[in-house]
Amino acid sequence: MALTNEHIKQKLIEKFGDQVKNFTEPYDLLTFESPKEINLKVLNFLYDDEELKFRFLTDLCAVHYPDKKGKELAVVYHLHNLVDNVRIRLKVFTGIEKPDVYTATGLFSAANWMERETYDFYGVNFIGHPNLKRILNVEEMDYFPMRKEFPLEDQTRTDKDDEMFGRGGN
Amino acid sequence: MTEHHIKLPEGSIEKTTTTLNLGPTHPATHGVFQNILELDGERIVSAEQTVGYIHRAFEKIAERRPLYQITTLTDRLNYCSSPINNMGWHLTCEKLLGIKTPKRVDYLRIIIMELARISDHLICNSIVGVDAGAYTGFLYVMQYRELIYEIYEEVCGSRLTTNIGRIGGFERNFNDIAFQKLEKFLREYPRVLKEFENLFQRNRIFMERTMSTGTISAERALNYGFTGPNLRATGVDYDIRVHTAYCSYEDFQFNIPVGNTGDNYDRWLVRSQEMWQSLSIIEQAYHKVQEFKGAEAEVYHADVPEYYLPEKEDVYTKMEALIWHFKIIMGEINMPAGEVYNSVEGGNGELGFYLISDGGRTPYRLHFRRPCFIYYQAFEELTKGGMLSDAMITMSSLNIIAGEMDG
Repeated sequence: MALTNEHIKQKLIEKFGDQVKNFTEPYDLLTFESPKEINLKVLNFLYDDEELKFRFLTDLCAVHYPDKKGKELAVVYHLHNLVDNVRIRLKVFTGIEKPDVYTATGLFSAANWMERETYDFYGVNFIGHPNLKRILNVEEMDYFPMRKEFPLEDQTRTDKDDEMFGRGGN
Repeated sequence: MTEHHIKLPEGSIEKTTTTLNLGPTHPATHGVFQNILELDGERIVSAEQTVGYIHRAFEKIAERRPLYQITTLTDRLNYCSSPINNMGWHLTCEKLLGIKTPKRVDYLRIIIMELARISDHLICNSIVGVDAGAYTGFLYVMQYRELIYEIYEEVCGSRLTTNIGRIGGFERNFNDIAFQKLEKFLREYPRVLKEFENLFQRNRIFMERTMSTGTISAERALNYGFTGPNLRATGVDYDIRVHTAYCSYEDFQFNIPVGNTGDNYDRWLVRSQEMWQSLSIIEQAYHKVQEFKGAEAEVYHADVPEYYLPEKEDVYTKMEALIWHFKIIMGEINMPAGEVYNSVEGGNGELGFYLISDGGRTPYRLHFRRPCFIYYQAFEELTKGGMLSDAMITMSSLNIIAGEMDG
């Protein structure tokens, strides 16, 4: 029997109850959230379960939502079951004041650099990571550049005026 | 008798290994990245990589650009096979926007993507040869990469950073010269590829240099997030073209070549075999393209006025076309809110695009899954205990492209 999204959802709810929530299926990819305290338990369950077998970490990245108070940062895991060829997406939200999330490096060697990249750009502090330091940016950098409070261009520039195009203007 | 060795200060521990700084700019790294190697004689004790020398903040830049302007950023990821990146991006946008492309567009895209795969693998395999001391193959096959680039030129006007195709299709139809060059390629390339293989495949020196060096098991490779030819060389037949067929790949017959030892030699063989498969796919696609007759043979884009630029002639003569042209150019079109992950089989493996839209004009968040970045972390494990000169071959047989790694 093919592994369906509904079945995965049932198994997760059976195991974790109402701790895993907000199940959606954007573009047929099962997406759900778990509290950050149990992210490793969820990942381990998905990895070890004989039916689920989500043993390939496709991608790990973060997203910044400045308006969501108390859960500004989301760490997004894309997992893949290569046997049944099913993908799922797990989101773990954390507050920006204390962005601590447990590391997945124990489970996936691939998570090492992906988590360093996420730390580098969003400042997510992966607890237990063997070597959590900046990877793409210079080590002296003292901010996390992909956060939304850093606009791409200098907002005080006056030589690029949107007024001509019916936008912005004073 | 006087003693010749240097007197170390009192209390210092004598170091028995040598530190070698390989890179960031070194002719053998074929890209800008650094390796700090600890050597015991010629054996590698440990290797630490420093990456990010050409990091260009594409993900940040993308948050300020409308969809069609992001294509040029994807060019600069794996610049040996830019068209695959471009197509991957267009396919992601089309998935988000719910655009269905005509079959002819899909087949033309497949021709371009497979040509790009050939040029990517060709460079990788011939560079492995160069690093093993065989320069001839590299110079010989350059001629055919040039021919592939000429085909790109006919289709989109540029060669390396192609910006080929648009959301919904191509910017223009393929002209006759493009098809003539494609025919020339299909006619001449098999002989050249055979000759190229003869230079290496059963070459005693090449085999001894590459066999059982840079070995990784299937299990470790999966744990390290390997994809593409590097994963297939370990014996795992994971290919996105087959597993999650996109762009009508399901209409084609081809095999997934796999290795079994996951060493440099197997990676070389897998890439070589993939070129044969790509050739066969191109032939099939070209036949399918030729089967379109009449008006169907002129189709080169889907009908999506919100995202596909109208013909220049129409812009000057038709009001509606002018409005769309203006709206697209000024980036004034809101895209639907949504969250999409789409991946294509790039030259190096699974090239993924994770796009979050909040309904605005630009992506809220765009993340590139760059295969190079993910598998390069295994470099230490691959080379530890091996010879320095084998590590150079391992590096090129993994096909590490700094542009893709640093994003």
